[in-house]
Amino acid sequence: MLILHCPCCGVDAEETELHAGGEAHIKRFGPGSDDDQFHDYLFMRENPKGVHFERWQHANGCGKWFHAARCTATLEVFGTYRAQTTEPPKDIRDAITAKRPGWVWREFS
Amino acid sequence: MSTRLSKLGRLIDRTKQVSFSFNGTTMRGFAGDTLASALLANDQMMMGRSFKYHRPRGVVASGAEEPNALVGLGEGSRFEPNQRATTTELFEGLSAKSQNHWPNLDFDIGAVNTAFARFLPAGFYYKMFIHPQPFWKHVYEPFIRKSAGLGKAPDAETRDADTYEHFYAFTDVLIIGGGVAGLQAAKAAALTGVKVLLVEQTAHWGGRAPVDGGTIDEGPVDKFVEQIVSELETMDNVTMRLRCMGAGIYDHGYALAYERLTDHAPQVAGPRHRLWRIRAKQIVTATGAIERPLSFAGNDVPGVMLASAMRDYVVNWGVTPGERVVVATNNDDAYRTAITLKNAGVDVLRILDARASGGGALADEVRALGIRVDPGKAIAKVSGGKRVKKVSICNQEGIGGARDEVSCDAVAMSGGWSPVVHLWSHCGGKLIWDDAQAHFRPDPDRPPLGADGAGFVSVAGAANGALALGETLSDANAAGLAAAKAAGGKAKRPKAPLGESAAELPMEPVWLMPANADTPLRVKSWLDFQNDVKVSDVQLAAREGYESVEHTKRYTTLGMATDQGKLSNINGLAILADALNAEIPQVGTTTFRPPYTPISMGAIGGEARGEVFQPIRRTPLHDWHDRNGADWEPVGHWRRPYAYQLPGESVEAAVNREVKNTRENLGLLDASTLGKLIVKGPDAGRFLDMMYTNMMSTLKPGKCRYGLMCSENGFLIDDGVVARIDEDTWLCHTTTGGAERIHAHMEEWLQTEWWDWKVYVANVTEQYAQVAVVGPNARKVLEKLGGMDVSKEALPFMEWRDGQIGGFDCRAYRISFSGELSYEIAVAASRGQAFWDALTEAGKEFGVMPYGTECLHILRAEKGFIMIGDETDGTVIPQDLGLHWALSKKKEDYLGKRAQQRSHMADPDRWKLVGLETVDGSVLPDGAYAVGEGTNANGQRNMIGRVTSTYYSANLDRGIAMGLVKHGPDRMGEVIEIPGTDGKSYKAKIVDPVFFDKDGEKQNV
Repeated sequence: MLILHCPCCGVDAEETELHAGGEAHIKRFGPGSDDDQFHDYLFMRENPKGVHFERWQHANGCGKWFHAARCTATLEVFGTYRAQTTEPPKDIRDAITAKRPGWVWREFS
Repeated sequence: MSTRLSKLGRLIDRTKQVSFSFNGTTMRGFAGDTLASALLANDQMMMGRSFKYHRPRGVVASGAEEPNALVGLGEGSRFEPNQRATTTELFEGLSAKSQNHWPNLDFDIGAVNTAFARFLPAGFYYKMFIHPQPFWKHVYEPFIRKSAGLGKAPDAETRDADTYEHFYAFTDVLIIGGGVAGLQAAKAAALTGVKVLLVEQTAHWGGRAPVDGGTIDEGPVDKFVEQIVSELETMDNVTMRLRCMGAGIYDHGYALAYERLTDHAPQVAGPRHRLWRIRAKQIVTATGAIERPLSFAGNDVPGVMLASAMRDYVVNWGVTPGERVVVATNNDDAYRTAITLKNAGVDVLRILDARASGGGALADEVRALGIRVDPGKAIAKVSGGKRVKKVSICNQEGIGGARDEVSCDAVAMSGGWSPVVHLWSHCGGKLIWDDAQAHFRPDPDRPPLGADGAGFVSVAGAANGALALGETLSDANAAGLAAAKAAGGKAKRPKAPLGESAAELPMEPVWLMPANADTPLRVKSWLDFQNDVKVSDVQLAAREGYESVEHTKRYTTLGMATDQGKLSNINGLAILADALNAEIPQVGTTTFRPPYTPISMGAIGGEARGEVFQPIRRTPLHDWHDRNGADWEPVGHWRRPYAYQLPGESVEAAVNREVKNTRENLGLLDASTLGKLIVKGPDAGRFLDMMYTNMMSTLKPGKCRYGLMCSENGFLIDDGVVARIDEDTWLCHTTTGGAERIHAHMEEWLQTEWWDWKVYVANVTEQYAQVAVVGPNARKVLEKLGGMDVSKEALPFMEWRDGQIGGFDCRAYRISFSGELSYEIAVAASRGQAFWDALTEAGKEFGVMPYGTECLHILRAEKGFIMIGDETDGTVIPQDLGLHWALSKKKEDYLGKRAQQRSHMADPDRWKLVGLETVDGSVLPDGAYAVGEGTNANGQRNMIGRVTSTYYSANLDRGIAMGLVKHGPDRMGEVIEIPGTDGKSYKAKIVDPVFFDKDGEKQNV
């Protein structure tokens, strides 16, 4: 029963208000991509014990999608940010570094 | 015998008699009794039989941890099995029945199981699978079915007569447990000004401290409790609840509490249970400790009890469980029981202290009372069937050769105390092993963590291993203050009250009594009373290679009963550790999971039952349907008429009548449930080109196009007609169940992938009432109502117009899901009923009849139109359904396009849509599979297809079906075999899926 701050409407939302949407920052591959690229895009996901970036929708609230950076092992939340970005913003990355020095997640660190 | 004493009983009111029944016998108790104390007062020590061996069992404990005294409570619609007699407060008219016996409690056939105990070893269920299959069916299954299940399930036909509710609470500090520790922690926290919620599972504040004695601030404990409770009650920032158990602690400060409002007073109106859903900044668990049993032979004979429980019965309820008592212990605390009993006039025959050095100050007090203390001694065996008869005594260090026997009728046992760490552990709090007290207690350095990465749970008092009264209070004071500060309270330093109790010598762990008990003793030494697990079972599991405590638990069922091993787990772990030659902390504990004790299903459901379980969506025409014979069918959250029955008509006949009438005259369908999404903006066309497999951006305003939607995986997810309203506005129809899902799907892509595209999506499904006017007379009725020109020329097939019909503002779509001349007409939802009435009235001369969803299905199946959810199941792509014409070849990209190029999607062996016609005209069973040549690896016939839609067509007077068949379109005319679950095998010919009006002449008029 997590509480996540919705960066769109500013509410600290209960998990019952939220809809989980899996991993964040996945790059879409469409027609023209090779089989491996498309396979990885569709099916390959990180499953870390530790720092993770996820998509959440404030489904029973403002309806907006946002991203959350959190620790899957301790449920610590490092921050939430708008979904309209292809990479975690610097302040989020800094917040993680302060708590989990040396973290790495996909191409981000 | 067990009996009521003439004095003592701090919780009962001897002026108020209460009568109740047990197994049909009327008995009497006092207000304030629990069912257990009242049964003891009536000399009913035996309260049930055990699960596996049906051994006679008596009450062991006095609280939530009780494993044996489980009863079926109440009658009929209020019957509940497995209720603990120790936590059931007595009320006038209470009716209880004991469990697990036949024909009655005293004489039980199933008790022969105990003679066959060696055939029911640890892992019985797993081991039986070693034997050949016929054994499972004819030997084990009848046996297991008979003995399975604890207690009796309530009658399936009854409905719970009580009501329940949920309650949301937000607090700074939640304190779980209202003993002296919880009370002091609450006070320390509340003085800082934070909001405090204090919950206690029993009906009384103060916990067990008033029973255990000692002084607080030089006064009696009862007095302290009274004072601090009245002090807390006057504080505005404190909420207190009795009969409210902290059930579980979850992520980020979420907690559940279970309040039993009327279990003790069924005549009181209102909900029976209330589930508190709490968010707390900080949680303090002041959940106390539970005494451990000792593992000696015959420790399950009725009359053997925890020493603390025996003390509780004497002090709290003025009941003594026996008249001649032997005490066995490994610590000083049990001496308090001897003192209490003796002072109450009960004979205490012997204290067997497993410690060679014996006890401390309390032992001196006991000796002064004239009680014999035997250090270094142990119970070799307790004899007796339904009641303790005698105790055989031996040395603790030995194999159990008895030297001495004492006749007695009760035994008090104490193996030391285990902190209640459940709530601490629920959300990840870790434990450390305390060597001195031989128990696990919370590790303050590894608490459950909150969203900020800091701990949000702390522990106070005995739950923290601070067992002595003085330590309990100072520990709780500090814990309450720390929690309040962490929750934003302003620092105040309340002084902890001074608690004083008799000094105690250290306990010495005793996991088996005697230490080297031989096999005959170990097979009678119970660990888990409720699930009938013995020392020998855990040792066998270890010998058979079960090293992980979690595996041993499941193999032996240790700790898996309704008490979740509150008494048994530590003893079981210790036996396992010994058998594995490991230290207890290395073996570790099993996982503690919520709820702490079972909570009612009613409380979990709360108000969500019956009509409010899931609110029904109703169209503007719902009430009309209901008045006109609708046989309702759930579709998503909607209810739609399956058919409209005339008086005396069967549903089947109604469907056939509607099917014929719509093709021959005029049918009306309430299509309001169809999803309607407005997609608008400069980039709307581009966006819809991505959403649909067809090209939508080229659609001209005024025109409609049928479209398919696929997931990025390539599979069909929805279909429907799209209408272009103006230059930058489209209206997308979705399936009835799909409106919300497809709306969310569009939003997701807009917000997370193409967020720079200028598009808005609005779900306007409920803004309109939509009526399908279908059949050869459709145009006639609209023309009779008058208004817009609905002629073939003015409103051609697959176009729409805004205008007026019969004076109603409307939008008319000339679309057809039946193959008939058909208009779907949308009016404002508020005008829906009036418009429907106008059509019904005007249509009389044209043979108008409403039709339901089954008729809709049959009409579309006659035409070979697919239905999402019938022809598709999440693994079907448009190519499987012969819908290539709806896949744009011009578009570079759309959702699902790349996926449909993957090798498996392009596999020519994929099952493809065909029509199926039974050779004899019968109706194929829905969902049946077609079988081909040969068998698979499991010896089953190979499958070559399946039936996706199957109906009786009244128009064709035969069964028609669609199905997906391997190489189907290439096998036209072939007859395939389709076995049903009815034992028959059907023969069906593969045909074109369009059964009716192949050239579409009926709709193009």
